[in-house]
Amino acid sequence: MYNARYIIPGIILFVVIFTVPFWINICTPEYSRPELVLPAEKDCIEPVEYMRAEHMRILNEWRDAALRDGKRVYIATDGRQWDINLQNTCMSCHTDKVAFCDTCHDTNSVTPYCWDCHIEPQTAPAAGGAKQ
Amino acid sequence: MAFSLMAALGIGILAWALAALGLEMFVGFILPLTAFLVFLGGMIWRVTTWARVPVPFSIATTAGQQKSLPWIKPSHIDSPSTKIGVAARMGLEVLLFRSLFRNTAAQTINDEGGPKLVYWSSKWLWVFSLLFHYCFLMVFIRHFRFFLEPVPFFITWAEDLDGLMQIGVPRLYMSGAILLVAALFLLLRRLRDPKLRYISLPADYFPLFLVIGVALSGIMMRYWFKTDIASVKELIMGLVTLSPSIPEGVRGSVGGMFYTHIALVSALLIYLPFSKLAHSAGLLFSPTRNMPTNTREVRHVNPWNPPKKYRTYAEYEDDFRDAMAEAGLPLEKEPAPGLHEETAQ
Ligand code: HEC
Ligand code: HEC
Ligand code: HEC
Repeated sequence: MYNARYIIPGIILFVVIFTVPFWINICTPEYSRPELVLPAEKDCIEPVEYMRAEHMRILNEWRDAALRDGKRVYIATDGRQWDINLQNTCMSCHTDKVAFCDTCHDTNSVTPYCWDCHIEPQTAPAAGGAKQ
Repeated sequence: MAFSLMAALGIGILAWALAALGLEMFVGFILPLTAFLVFLGGMIWRVTTWARVPVPFSIATTAGQQKSLPWIKPSHIDSPSTKIGVAARMGLEVLLFRSLFRNTAAQTINDEGGPKLVYWSSKWLWVFSLLFHYCFLMVFIRHFRFFLEPVPFFITWAEDLDGLMQIGVPRLYMSGAILLVAALFLLLRRLRDPKLRYISLPADYFPLFLVIGVALSGIMMRYWFKTDIASVKELIMGLVTLSPSIPEGVRGSVGGMFYTHIALVSALLIYLPFSKLAHSAGLLFSPTRNMPTNTREVRHVNPWNPPKKYRTYAEYEDDFRDAMAEAGLPLEKEPAPGLHEETAQ
């Protein structure tokens, strides 16, 4: 082999870089899906599998419905009616944002910028619709 | 082209079908791990094969003045004579695709005198290649949120930068969209120009369709056919700790798009070392880029030449010195003094 003194370190570097996730994870405690603090109510506004994958779509549709079409009531697929409101609907059940939304978001590296303006619930659900 | 398209589509559909039939473990665990091993092994094989090939000539291509006389200004990067210069040229090639920047296009134009052939600088290919590769890198980096726990800060930075425009929810990542547009440009470029189309082979289309498939399925999964990302992370963390698990959220056809994505990525990994995509490593092995232009200073010896038998002039003179001195021929080394005087008398 020609130029072995460049190529062999190169190959070693390549293998190390590409296998880093394996080494790191084998040396650290096993990953498990984060435990979420769920509300006392039984159901979310839509089936839970749907919520896991699509809650951001619901929020987006809510935002457009409320602010563009002035529609402030959401009729869920099971017929229940909900106020279209991030702070007062979602967060009235999911009162503990840190133990619910953030726990799941942190492990999946999701950082919604919504809370730049919307008010995070403190310990108890925020009263009134204070925004901005 | 149709063949490559069918092949890429086939892989995607097959993966969906297999997952729906309950073979998630195959598509979600065995296939990606095998693909990864083939990729690592294949790349090492490829590189060591290249490293065994001798370079018979010094064939550094020059795009500037070679270093020669002190009063002629050399071009340090385009015609480097030092290792630092070579590293600079290679670095700029890797990071900025410098030689592609010199791309030209030939075109016939009609003016009063009839058709005329003109060459002009064409930067489109360079622009889209650069966009394509950097967006691919960004997408690649962002995916490490699935492989690492806790997610390192620079991945969050990359995501914030990428989603800077805050379009929609979830935020549009610009790199994904630009990657798709650039890959489509590279495909249309081959289809639009008859000359290029004529020389394009399935091996040119297949990687493009694979990349387009990977990008499309990824974008679909993020913005339309959403997947339960938390389950995906669980699955991938299982993959990198070699403890397979198929979480509920990506079982069966619910995770169809995810398995399509994984299968296309696996196909890309398997295909990479054995195809033109290995140019990622091949670039570093290009003699025209990695050899210094020092042909005037250093003699390049072809490594496959058999060892030569030769006799130097000094050895020749040693053998015939006395006779040459007698004949009065000029010598590099005079004979021993005693001998010399003897002959002179
Ligand atoms: C009536 C109270 C209530 C409201 C209002 C509500 N949720 Fe839920 N949510 C729940 C409950 C209860 C669960 C757990 C369901 C289960 O595990 O079966 C849940 C589950 C979820 C989950 C899935 C968590 C998991 O298990 O992985 C998400 C995501 C979620 N909610 C988001 C939202 C968002 C976003 C809103 C506002 C659009 C919202 N919820 C409004 C009660 C509520
Ligand atoms: C620039 C500040 C700002 C940001 C960032 C922001 N919002 Fe809002 N949002 C508002 C304002 C102002 C309203 C109007 C409140 C009203 O008229 O009821 C609103 C209303 C809404 C509504 C409808 C009604 C309500 O009171 O909840 C939803 C849903 C919503 N936002 C969701 C989101 C989501 C999801 C995000 C993050 C992706 C987000 N917003 C980010 C300022 C912001
Ligand atoms: C089961 C895990 C989980 C829970 C619980 C959860 N989310 Fe999410 N959320 C996600 C994931 C994963 C994404 C990103 C999806 C992607 O990257 O495609 C996301 C994205 C979002 C986004 C869009 C972020 C962006 O980049 O624009 C918003 C807004 C959001 N979630 C709001 C909430 C709120 C509010 C709650 C709490 C009521 C919540 N989520 C609870 C997993 C979760």
